Amino acid sequence: MSEHDHDHHDHSELSELELRVRALETVLSEKGYVEPAALDAIVQAYETKIGPHNGARVVAKAWTDPEFKRALLENASKAVGALGHVSRVGDHLVAVENTPGRHNMVVCTLCSCYPWEMLGLPPVWYKAAPYRSRAVKDPRGVLKDFGVSLPNETEIRVWDSTAETRFLVLPMRPKGTEGWSEEQLAELVTRDSMIGTGFPKTPGAPS
Amino acid sequence: MNGVHDMGGMDGFGKVEPEPNEPMFHTRWEGRVLAMVRAMGAAGAFNIDTSRFYREALPPHVYLASSYYKKWLLGLEDMLIAKGFVGKAEVAQGHAMEPAKQLKRGKFTVDDVERVMVRGKFGRDAQAPAKFKAGDRVRAKNIHPTTHTRLPRYVRGHVGVVERDHGVHVFPDSAAVEAGENPQWLYTVVFDGAELWGPDADPTVNVSIDAFEPYLEKA
Repeated sequence: MSEHDHDHHDHSELSELELRVRALETVLSEKGYVEPAALDAIVQAYETKIGPHNGARVVAKAWTDPEFKRALLENASKAVGALGHVSRVGDHLVAVENTPGRHNMVVCTLCSCYPWEMLGLPPVWYKAAPYRSRAVKDPRGVLKDFGVSLPNETEIRVWDSTAETRFLVLPMRPKGTEGWSEEQLAELVTRDSMIGTGFPKTPGAPS
Repeated sequence: MNGVHDMGGMDGFGKVEPEPNEPMFHTRWEGRVLAMVRAMGAAGAFNIDTSRFYREALPPHVYLASSYYKKWLLGLEDMLIAKGFVGKAEVAQGHAMEPAKQLKRGKFTVDDVERVMVRGKFGRDAQAPAKFKAGDRVRAKNIHPTTHTRLPRYVRGHVGVVERDHGVHVFPDSAAVEAGENPQWLYTVVFDGAELWGPDADPTVNVSIDAFEPYLEKA
């Protein structure tokens, strides 16, 4: 059943924007361009099928399987595609590896390009002016906003997503996780650690 | 276009403020807007570059004052009106009043949903050999197209090094204005901080963009 057919709201509570969106949706539906149930299904798919859990599985696998890690850094679309059990990525995924000498950070200064299939829809801050304007000029200052600091000598490489290539940061595996399974490791991988604005969780630390 | 969307290097927007446990959508209508954009795009009403161009073309004060999905809504309305899929009066009334225009791939139905959840393919066959290779020094051209471009202002005129070759991709500058895909070689080009931001820049910072070949010249 279509969610569109329900009316959960009292009309007096609807914002001007909600009304405007409904108006457009009604026009598109009446003109036969879209099936309202198809819109419901898109929203539902975004809410349930994509999210940082996909990226976390890829990162955890790279931490435990050197051959997969090599393949991931060589051609991330191909490597992730071959896993089969995570969401399907497009052709242009690039994984970039953090090392003790280099920290990678991803931005889209022009709009909001982001590896949806790996990380879900981007958070508001990723799409907003403060991050988009400063990430390329003052990445250390931006990291400070996230409470993240790096050694002064660490290179910071900022990847501005200006084309259809999409970037996934492969963070460093936390210490104290020797012998952990992929599933356990995936729990430590945060969304921000795959954008480059955070680190994975530390074992034993409160989340 | 040299719009306010091209934000790299601008000052004054303040701190980044992450929201703990942010929901995927803050209101129901945000999800509906996203779904309409995806559905109408998949049905062939417009391509992704054209949709970006319409958002960038919002008046600067509207762009800066609107939330992300409000920009998507305003861009979508403008684009569908400009392309004749809906009329201004229809949008205002919230009802269809004129006959529909044929969509390239027909009505978007539940069966099409699976398709929009997989990212499009932008790689194309080469039309000519690549002009550059990894290690080449290149200058981002000092160009100022008034239509859509993916060459941010902060790199124009600056010299960087080609790091990766991504093959040949749809050229957004052409696709956005519906002048065809005009596929071009795409490279990751790295600039060092001081080259972009001057002698006071953090010496540990390097910034890369993915640049289409027509944006670059030999340096």
